Amino acid sequence: MKVDLTVNGKDISADVEDRMLLVHFLRDVADLTATNVGCDTTSCGACTVLLDGESVKSCTVLAAQASGHEITTVEGLATNGEMHPVQRAFHQEHGLQCGFCTPGMVMAIVSLLKENPDPSEQQVRQGLEGNLCRCTGYHNIVRAALAAADEGKVSA
Amino acid sequence: MIPTPFTYKRAGSAAEALELVAEYGDDAKFLAGGHSLLPLMKLRLAAPEVIIDLSGLRDLSYVTDQGTYVAVGALTRHHDVEHSDVLARDVPLLAHAAGQVGDPQIRHRGTIGGSIAHADPASDLPAVLLALDATLVAQGSGGTREIPIGEFFQGLFETSLEPDELLTEIRVPKPASAGAWSFQKFSQRAIDWAIVGCAVQGGNVALVNMGGTPLRAAGVEAALADGAAPSDAAAHAAEGTSAADDIRATRAYREHLARVLVSRALTEASSRA
Ligand SMILES: Cc1cc2nc3c(=O)[nH]c(=O)nc-3n(C[C@H](O)[C@H](O)[C@H](O)COP(=O)(O)OP(=O)(O)OC[C@H]3O[C@@H](n4cnc5c(N)ncnc54)[C@H](O)[C@@H]3O)c2cc1C
Ligand code: FES
Ligand code: FES
Repeated sequence: MKVDLTVNGKDISADVEDRMLLVHFLRDVADLTATNVGCDTTSCGACTVLLDGESVKSCTVLAAQASGHEITTVEGLATNGEMHPVQRAFHQEHGLQCGFCTPGMVMAIVSLLKENPDPSEQQVRQGLEGNLCRCTGYHNIVRAALAAADEGKVSA
Repeated sequence: MIPTPFTYKRAGSAAEALELVAEYGDDAKFLAGGHSLLPLMKLRLAAPEVIIDLSGLRDLSYVTDQGTYVAVGALTRHHDVEHSDVLARDVPLLAHAAGQVGDPQIRHRGTIGGSIAHADPASDLPAVLLALDATLVAQGSGGTREIPIGEFFQGLFETSLEPDELLTEIRVPKPASAGAWSFQKFSQRAIDWAIVGCAVQGGNVALVNMGGTPLRAAGVEAALADGAAPSDAAAHAAEGTSAADDIRATRAYREHLARVLVSRALTEASSRA
């Protein structure tokens, strides 16, 4: 079937199998391979992207369901070569080690801060309950989210 | 993991969804948020030949104040139930419980109608709506009917919906004392389903995952009606249940949890009321 998605601001139309998952569309059709598949069972959050501005797990959405909608992946966050505040905060706070969970973590935090620009540490931890990290023990990820929120307060 | 091949159809309205299901019959399945059905299809535990996507039924996503009850459209996402001002004021139990389902990503996709129609006894909202004495509205080729939630759940993943019927609305009567509620959920990891859960609204007590369907804890309710204290009433929590023995917990442990959680819930509800 023909699907029409807007991915990181670019319109992409393609003829795909009806059963194609959004994450495979992003990686194999749109050639955007930052979004990872970790568990494939809706648990780990590595595949998190924004659908119309809200975080979703792209291993559990059909490309067909996303047709007509806007998708943002971590590749689409930077503007004019400038990293997004959440990306910058991950860099500054050392919010990653192997980096596998990072694209999903960053997108989950972008969505979280959009809904709650000034979260408490507890709210960040709860907001990331759908994202697993095997390396960092989460502390620096939570710090990065709070730092990005602080930066948002300064620039707002 | 990918599902077996199927044909995808997107319905633009309830009428169109019903036409499509009439055309494809048993081979077809409705898809709402897809967060119960797609995981099953990826594991090949479900293999429908036709998927009828309901996401185009925007007019079935709403929460409205109807005076004596709150009407919630079947396609309303958990996220929108969680953040509804009407529910926060009139039925805080439902708003709170919706915020305990899975994780934020799951709540951005999953719907209240999908959760009810899927009828997983481990799910949160079926038990919550049972405690709230909700009424479900279904639309089929024969017209529209109302189903009291007590008659809806027939068994594990089984409901009284006909395969060609669409759940359209959930009507939640406003509780007399909206504040007298509690929701307790015991799970192993953050996003997991409850090993056991308990929803209390006033004198109504419902259990998550204590049998093939969500259950009202009749023994507890009767004891409360007789004036028993929360901890004494909670001793009856496992009566009439048939909890599973599985890798997460033994039946005896679930029965223990039911008594503990019911006791906590009754105490919290009465402190809030
Ligand atoms: C990792 C994970 C964790 C989860 N944790 C929890 C949890 O803690 N608590 C909890 O309660 N749930 C949990 N869920 C389930 C989640 O809440 C689902 O979103 C929900 O159960 C199903 O809603 P849906 O809209 O996604 O339905 P779908 O998956 O689209 O549909 C489910 C079933 O209902 C039918 N259906 C859907 N809508 C209608 C309708 N309007 N009329 C008739 N039939 C319909 C479909 O045909 C299908 O058979 C979890 C899911 C995942 C993947
Ligand atoms: S790959 Fe999608 S949640 Fe793990
Ligand atoms: S940095 Fe390795 S999984 Fe998170």
